[in-house]
Amino acid sequence: MELSDVELTATLLSLKVAFWSTLVTLPIAIFLAWLLSRKQFPGKTMLDCVVHLPLVLPPVVVGYGLLLMFGSKGILGSLLLKYLGITVIFTWKGAALASAVMALPLFVRAIRVSFDAADHRLEAAARCLGAARWWVFLSITLPLAMPGIIAGTILGFARSLSEFGATITFVSNIPGETQTLPLAIETLIQMPDGEAGAMRLTIISIIIAFAALILAHRVNLWLIRRGQDMR
Amino acid sequence: MIEIDATQRLGKTELKIDLKVETKGILALFGPSGAGKTSILNWLAGLNRPDDGVIRVDGQTMFDRRAGIDIPPEQRRLGYVFQEPRLFPHLGVRGNLLYGRRLTHQRYGKDESDIGFDQIVELLGIGALLDRRIVALSGGEKQRVAIGRALLANPRLMLMDEPLAAVDVQRKSEILPFIERLHAELSIPIVYVSHDPDEILRLADRVALIVEGKLAAYGDVESVLGRLDLPNLTNNAEAGAVINATVLAQDDGSGLSRLGFSSGTGHGTTGRETTGQGTIRVGRLPHAIGEHLNLRILASDVALARQPINGISILNQLPGRVSQIVASDDSFVDVQVDIGSPIWARITRKSLQDLNLSVGDNVIALIKSAAADPKPLR
Repeated sequence: MELSDVELTATLLSLKVAFWSTLVTLPIAIFLAWLLSRKQFPGKTMLDCVVHLPLVLPPVVVGYGLLLMFGSKGILGSLLLKYLGITVIFTWKGAALASAVMALPLFVRAIRVSFDAADHRLEAAARCLGAARWWVFLSITLPLAMPGIIAGTILGFARSLSEFGATITFVSNIPGETQTLPLAIETLIQMPDGEAGAMRLTIISIIIAFAALILAHRVNLWLIRRGQDMR
Repeated sequence: MIEIDATQRLGKTELKIDLKVETKGILALFGPSGAGKTSILNWLAGLNRPDDGVIRVDGQTMFDRRAGIDIPPEQRRLGYVFQEPRLFPHLGVRGNLLYGRRLTHQRYGKDESDIGFDQIVELLGIGALLDRRIVALSGGEKQRVAIGRALLANPRLMLMDEPLAAVDVQRKSEILPFIERLHAELSIPIVYVSHDPDEILRLADRVALIVEGKLAAYGDVESVLGRLDLPNLTNNAEAGAVINATVLAQDDGSGLSRLGFSSGTGHGTTGRETTGQGTIRVGRLPHAIGEHLNLRILASDVALARQPINGISILNQLPGRVSQIVASDDSFVDVQVDIGSPIWARITRKSLQDLNLSVGDNVIALIKSAAADPKPLR
């Protein structure tokens, strides 16, 4: 299977976008999941809703919202440019941001379940043994929540790879910059002789998805084997 | 010194405790389930905050609401053994044992007087388990590892919340001797929560009876467990007396042990000398000669007679003097007899009249050897 430059670029770009999107989302998702699982505070329901919004909104709406906020005239966009010199609109970073926002709810849900299941009586025991809160979190809570964190990461990564609507609305469809696999496939389908290319990219998408699922399965098996320690 | 003067509303009951005790030996918090015993441990540990009051351990203020002091649990240096072992599943036995120890060493440095790792492992008999996973342990082994984990963090005081409650009877015998050794070989003081009179009898030096959130009685084991109103207070323990006894002889011929006891009414168990004023024979005990133990004799297991009786199977016929007669209900009375140590006999009103007993009379207390079985939980 011979890939054209455009196809190869799209594939690599997709992996790059998904990688950075997942990396940035991971700590945020862990923090939000922990907050929603363990803490009571005013506005908790509101936060829960906001986190889950991308799951139920049309992706185009999310993309448009990002455009309004992160565009050159948007509040967040101008702040990013002014203080960090980062432009996200019409760049691969924007594509990663769109993927991150879309993947966040799946991420948070998977991790939150693990935090809910982690026995907080063990945390009390750890504190009585001299561990401060932050060390309890690192040495007890996080390891206990590891199955959910790994599941969430793989799920989030896969979701990032498949992101289409929010991305095309927010950062458009620029080959080499924002044209990820789904966008490239869509473009090829529109072209008169693009069908062969679209098919190749579809196959690549399927292979990547399969790889992610097999990895998830492997990790799960490993955790179950280790999980015999756990209960 | 443990000083607790605090209150907390817990659902329907208000926990209100004012207690000052020496940090020495084993203090038992005894009482029915739901009385607030565990909440008191959690006060001490910092896992539960009183609504108001002051808590001090060895002069250090752990909690003082008005002064705004609330030392976090990790800085209190109290070892907590919970009802369930609460071992960390991802760490293995050795990792669990060292979890608190490493933190203590980081915070306070290594201490000369440190409890040795090998010593604890040996004392708890967990040497063969060190490289095991937590899942591969039995219930009794888990609880022993949990005790070791708490001890190895070098606490100044151990808190134990019914550590035998979650294990079955056979496993109890796997743990109890270790707690006794802990007490005997390390000088670490223990606050021990239990609702089981047998455990208290076996382990405790002093008992605080907690009923419905209040301190109902405090004193040595004999005086608290010997209270006639114990059944009413605890809803489970039968009325009886506790005799602090010493093993005098092991009679191999008869298969019995002979125990001596002295007047046990005194407060404080420091001077546990036994003068051998009375002796009582019970089923063969595993104890060595000279060892002390608490015998609990239930009031319903004691009969009274005016004079010694021949031709009866009861071996223990102990002369004594009636010191108190308390009405129990319409049918029964409780008669306290001083046989060198006070014991209770529950007899019918009719028998009281037939024998024409009154305070000061000399009587013979009849105690079956089987009834005086100290129910060793071994």
